[in-house]
Amino acid sequence: MTAFRRRGSGGRIDRTTTIPFTYDGSRLFGHGGDTLASALLASGKTLVGRSFKYHRPRGFLSAGVEEPNGLFTLGEFGRTEPNMPGTLTEVHEGLIAKSQNAWPSPDFDVMAVNSLASPLFGAGFYYKTFMGPFKRSWMFYEPFIRKAAGLGRATEQTDTARYDVINGFCDVLVVGAGPAGLATALTASRSGLRVVLAELDFELGGSLLSGTNESLERWRKSAIEELSQQPNTRILARTVVQGLYDGNQALLHTRAVPGSVASRSESLRFKTIIHCSGAIERPLVFHNNDRPGVMLAGAVRTYLNRFALAPLKQAVVVTNNDSAYATAFDLAEADVAVTIAELRAAPSGDLLARAAQLGIAIFPNTGIADVVGTKQVQQVKLGGRHSVTIDCDVLAMSGGWSPNVHLTSHGGIKPRYDEKIAGFVPGEFAAAHFGAGSVLGEFGILAAVRGGEAAARASLEFIGHKKSVKAVEPPPIRDDRAYGISSVWGTASDAKKAFVDFQNDVTAKDVRSTHQEGYLSVEHMKRYTTLGMGTDQGKTSNINALAMMADLRGLSIQETGTTTFRPPYLPLTIGALAGRSVGHHFRPTRRSPMHDWHESHGATFIEAGLWMRAWYYDWAGPSPETAYVKEMQLVRKGVGIADVSTLGKIDVQGPGAAEFLNRVYVNGFAKLAVGKARYGVMLNDDGVVLDDGTTSHISENQFYLTTTTAQAGEVMSWLEYLLQCHWPDMKVHVTSLTDEWGGMAVSGPKSRETLQLAFPETDFSNEGLPYMGVKDITFDGATVRILRLSFSGELAYEVHCPANFAIALWEHILRAGEPLGIKPYGLEALASLRIEKGHVAGLELDHRNTLDDLGLGKMAAKEKPFIGKELRQRENLQAPERRSLVGLELMEPDKKLRGGSILFAATDEIKGHGRGYVTSVTWSTELQKFIALGLYQGGLEHEGEEIIAAFPLKNEQARLKLVSPHFIDKEGARLHA
Amino acid sequence: MRIPCPHCGEREVSEFRYGGDASRVRPQHGTGDLVAWHDYYFTYDNPKGPHTEHWQHVLGCRQWFTLRRDTATNEILGDAP
Repeated sequence: MTAFRRRGSGGRIDRTTTIPFTYDGSRLFGHGGDTLASALLASGKTLVGRSFKYHRPRGFLSAGVEEPNGLFTLGEFGRTEPNMPGTLTEVHEGLIAKSQNAWPSPDFDVMAVNSLASPLFGAGFYYKTFMGPFKRSWMFYEPFIRKAAGLGRATEQTDTARYDVINGFCDVLVVGAGPAGLATALTASRSGLRVVLAELDFELGGSLLSGTNESLERWRKSAIEELSQQPNTRILARTVVQGLYDGNQALLHTRAVPGSVASRSESLRFKTIIHCSGAIERPLVFHNNDRPGVMLAGAVRTYLNRFALAPLKQAVVVTNNDSAYATAFDLAEADVAVTIAELRAAPSGDLLARAAQLGIAIFPNTGIADVVGTKQVQQVKLGGRHSVTIDCDVLAMSGGWSPNVHLTSHGGIKPRYDEKIAGFVPGEFAAAHFGAGSVLGEFGILAAVRGGEAAARASLEFIGHKKSVKAVEPPPIRDDRAYGISSVWGTASDAKKAFVDFQNDVTAKDVRSTHQEGYLSVEHMKRYTTLGMGTDQGKTSNINALAMMADLRGLSIQETGTTTFRPPYLPLTIGALAGRSVGHHFRPTRRSPMHDWHESHGATFIEAGLWMRAWYYDWAGPSPETAYVKEMQLVRKGVGIADVSTLGKIDVQGPGAAEFLNRVYVNGFAKLAVGKARYGVMLNDDGVVLDDGTTSHISENQFYLTTTTAQAGEVMSWLEYLLQCHWPDMKVHVTSLTDEWGGMAVSGPKSRETLQLAFPETDFSNEGLPYMGVKDITFDGATVRILRLSFSGELAYEVHCPANFAIALWEHILRAGEPLGIKPYGLEALASLRIEKGHVAGLELDHRNTLDDLGLGKMAAKEKPFIGKELRQRENLQAPERRSLVGLELMEPDKKLRGGSILFAATDEIKGHGRGYVTSVTWSTELQKFIALGLYQGGLEHEGEEIIAAFPLKNEQARLKLVSPHFIDKEGARLHA
Repeated sequence: MRIPCPHCGEREVSEFRYGGDASRVRPQHGTGDLVAWHDYYFTYDNPKGPHTEHWQHVLGCRQWFTLRRDTATNEILGDAP
């Protein structure tokens, strides 16, 4: 089964290199310069896959980026890439390609029985059959349908390919390196500005690569030669401009050079962009137009001239425009017998004359009635004025050319229908956008070169480049001939298998039935039929479908409109966007200054935001469930030390510092004495709690503010906002010390003794350092800030110091406290101790609760103003049915109490959102039962009541007693000990 | 989108944090006027087109500043009037 033969000479292949590759398990050979497509065609593989829905035999339709049929799974294991067009894949040693959607092979495919049932499988078939009245049946059938339909499969293994992502900048971005792009890049490059020339092929030249004219080839080579010597010009072959975004940003993706490992994405900022993205040929829609061997006429010319592949003996060309004659003439000159079915009444005289010269028969007013041959074209039946049957190996079709308006439309600019070329051209360009060549519907080579130069000059002027730039020498060829096309599509309305979208198996009949069923908008048609929704995104199908819909509705194509073009232009593997930001590089990791110590002393870590925090230590047990209880006991009975470096730490300085804090916190800070700390709560403007923390008065104009770990960044930004945007006259400066300083909590009845041993010269008595007292001391040359405050409810201190000193200080305190049995405790115990004490933390400070909700209403100053004071008086924030903080005790010891449980009154039906929820749960070492904090409607008014905690996900219910959130030491005797 | 930081120059938007409409006038601190604060905080325009707004170069010099941006095109329209 072969349609093509490799010619003995000519083409752009390197016959001196023979490259082995693997296709469906067998070893084949190609030459340097071959694509997978051309190498397969040269090896006699005309049939290379089965279609999406009907499993019909398919071969290559095109020779380029628009390929809908010839898709392969490349590579193996983690490097598997499905749905790769063979027309873009370079043949290289080690290439492993597999055909898709066919089993056991494209030549003999079991699922081809679908084709027999094809009358059933029209547009909307699945939905009509499996949804509608039998709603559940879709769920039952879907897995089977998905298995039978579809394309390649993604691998589930880890992608081992390497992807780079870079940022780039240029003055002029040229998209496409055909004649227009080359002329554009030459002109822009001669200005000395930074130019990027992006071309998706691995060779530069675009349509020039498919021709045979020697002067053009010399011109192409000299242009590339000059560009490659310009240091200001980057030539990016294998590069797709995937999308355009606000602020003159483009996403480029450069495929890996065969045999190398890394592909590269680039976010490129340009000052101007010049669209030279060319045009894509349209198929014609006729019965059996999808048979292997039916190809786009331009593609046949590309295979002939670029890849030295000629149809075996005979070819038929069917066209409604002049461009296909170039294919016909080149085929005839390569000794292929050519017949032309001309849909128009008469082509221009010069074409007729040349055809006569080459012995080509032309049938005017004639199209294709049918294609004979299932796995490869054998005969073509002409229809229309002439009904003739002709033997052939290849049928070349051309419905004209569609300018590639994908990228030009990304900014939301709708393309405009141009009757002259029967195709869409870009809408009016936005500032900084220019274009040249066939993307504008100007199909001649000289027009492209002149247009490219003009576009480049316009873009240089736009940038403000003043110096003169040498003109581009156009290639010495005859003037462009006018492009003739007539909007005759020759679609037989009774054709059953006339494909519009090859990849998604959408036929002309499907488009008609879509219209009959009342879907009029092209966007609806797209979604109902899936037309244009394949990996090729309808590059060959969209225009034909629009034209058909316009015709059915009796509207113009312009009125019918196009579907929306969105990035990316080609399918892009997610890895190419992620680059190196995978695994632990996905986001930054923050480590405390004592991290290494924790790691080498048996800590298990837990992620808290970006932070890695010591969760529990192995001295206390092998699992968090048991270890944290032992760590809690250590703090309640002896002394423990915990890393609290993650707290936000802000240095507030200036003559206005006290007044500033007084405005920001709900409670008073104006009169806080030097050497004293105070717990403070701040609100947002809307009166809802933003954060809490302890702020110390260090010296006359200096305060040391701490925030919760989670809100550190938020609070810092908020303080800066207030000072810079609203209170610029305040003489205050804030500096984050979160990363610069470390902190540790030394907690437990023996903490005073421990610190006394660690810092023998400091007075730790109640007089020397009372509760909420602060002291800066110098130890071993470093400033050490000792704050007597407690999160756990025990006698406790926090010791802060510069980060690079923190680990030494940590070890020093551990050594000093060794005789007292000091040990480290982790985040789980830290968080549990505070629940027993009834301190709110991140889980309660969720930006939805007010001071009153958290039982902190009494803190709000009556006299002084503070941020949020006004809006906290809103009626709803004062409503008695609001949820407020309560303590909860589990009454059924054999049951579990879970965070997030929904709370109900004992008499409530267990249904809906309940009266509140559990925020934080822990085992209480003091009470020997599970306790929790929660928010409950009416709060402590219900103290003593029995309520229900429901956890519907696990179908659990437990009885709780609603109590005060302060489970231990309500009088605070321990704190003041 | 790139944003001109008055201190650092033009930088990628991901280095910045958005701070809302800068044309609103914040009531005097301690005004006690619930309605004024309500209007300031909850009622403001959401225009399609030119918009004066606060931004902070949060991953840079940390300066807060105002700029005008077209919300439809993300075009930076220069300094606030």
